Amino acid sequence: MFKRLHDDNTFVFTFDGTDIQACKGETVAAALFANGIAALRKTHTSSSQRGPFCMMGACYDCLVEVDGKTVQSCMLPAQPGLQVNRAKAQDE
Amino acid sequence: MATDDTDIVIIGGGPAGMSAAICAASHGATVTLLDEQPTAGGQIYRGLSNGDNRIAGLLGKDYQYGKKLIDQLARTTVQHLTNTTVWSVDENAVITYSKDHQANRIAAKIVIIATGALERPYPIPGWTLPGVMTAGAAQILLKTSGIVPEQPVLAGTGPLLYTVASQLLGAGVKIAAVVDTVTSKNHLRAAKQFPITTPGPLLTGLSYLKKIKRTQTPYYKGATQLKITGDRSANGIEFQHKGKVVSLRSNCILLHQGVIPNTQLSRSLRLEHHWHSLQQCFHPSIDQWGKSSLDNIRIAGDGAKIGGAIIAEHHGTITALGALADLEKITEQTRDKLAALPLAAIHRLDRLRHFLDALYAPPVHYAEPTDDTIICRCEEVTAGDIRRYAKLGCVGPNQTKSFGRCGMGPCQGRYCSLTVTEILAAENKLSQDEVGAYRIRSPVKPVTLEELASLHD
Repeated sequence: MFKRLHDDNTFVFTFDGTDIQACKGETVAAALFANGIAALRKTHTSSSQRGPFCMMGACYDCLVEVDGKTVQSCMLPAQPGLQVNRAKAQDE
Repeated sequence: MATDDTDIVIIGGGPAGMSAAICAASHGATVTLLDEQPTAGGQIYRGLSNGDNRIAGLLGKDYQYGKKLIDQLARTTVQHLTNTTVWSVDENAVITYSKDHQANRIAAKIVIIATGALERPYPIPGWTLPGVMTAGAAQILLKTSGIVPEQPVLAGTGPLLYTVASQLLGAGVKIAAVVDTVTSKNHLRAAKQFPITTPGPLLTGLSYLKKIKRTQTPYYKGATQLKITGDRSANGIEFQHKGKVVSLRSNCILLHQGVIPNTQLSRSLRLEHHWHSLQQCFHPSIDQWGKSSLDNIRIAGDGAKIGGAIIAEHHGTITALGALADLEKITEQTRDKLAALPLAAIHRLDRLRHFLDALYAPPVHYAEPTDDTIICRCEEVTAGDIRRYAKLGCVGPNQTKSFGRCGMGPCQGRYCSLTVTEILAAENKLSQDEVGAYRIRSPVKPVTLEELASLHD
């Protein structure tokens, strides 16, 4: 659904244990899009799928978990070796 | 707890914030600029500091222009804190922010809020599905990372929609369709405001529309009843066009319905706001120097009124000049002299803005979403729910919170506040000013207990 115009300085981080190729300067949300991953979490009310919507830190639909903390993947720079997980819904 | 007062603290590093900082510092004020982004530029010039000419080339000269401001800012004495999230401003101009999981406070003599715009919520069925994002979000992906959507549908209206379409086409993207909600009524209204004195930006806009035609991108004008299809993610869009239902396949739908001031901080300060009928949104009330209903709180740029990057830049300068005079860094005579040129520039560009506001006013269906449409994305409250609350006696946006947690999720009403106001206004036959908007409280962005506790280290 998304593609990169250029593949420079690639490295790898993980999303739920799966290797994700990222380029320098990309946020986690951007790298996941480039790898065909748009759905990042489920809502706590109806367990509906959600993914990045605003890409500027306003909508909170792109939440993921890093080191046990819930963070906005569109505001988080991708880094080599970063371990990113899907955010758990409140009832999980 | 707060450090010694800084003369001027500016929140937001877009064109208004940058120009205010440059102007204030050049007249001897101590200035701190707090910005959530890793580099200066705001959303409009986002990624420009990365220096990737391949991408800057695709985005065009209006984007590259921002480099001038970014470079100027870097040469000043401004203390520029990046990756810094402001989550509270109080009436004494004390600002609380988080940086690197650590919270801090800074006290200012004057605060300039330059937090820019948000995309207007465009609630249609299916707009919460993965694969649906704002046109601005797709542009941010291009600006920051050179990532482009494949066969997207762009839907809605507004200058940014056509800009993004043109930029994507320039990047070699095949656009599945542009579904335009602009109506011929808008054309008639806009014709009366034709900005004969500023043809430049208009010609640029026209070139975008021409590119859509030239590339034979499917273009549907006057579309209504838009609906995104798909179960777990978007797989297409349906709409009414010339009396027929059109159904298109795409797993990437880019929505846009113009931009509105980001009023989270001004609302949290309980500043006066008023409804602007042409821009169909609330503006914080300010005087000619950007002064809000609180003397020490100023608002510059799109956060005050939508004008676009160039108006925001001039407005940042004017707001800084007003603050400098009040702090007695310059005389009122100097302020007036230095403000003459930026004021004249704004006056000239305002005519163009009125034209764009009339031409790209959101269509009626945007403010009248169907009952099954989710309005509050965070808490999944539908238009039908809100109408039901209204029938039960709910007259104000704040009451919708107790009725059904509407607006109480992490986005804190950023993507539902305006729609809730519109629905309650229609249901209760009140004006938008009478209905008002959510009461916003700090923290205006979620903070962790760890950050909160770090204030007392």
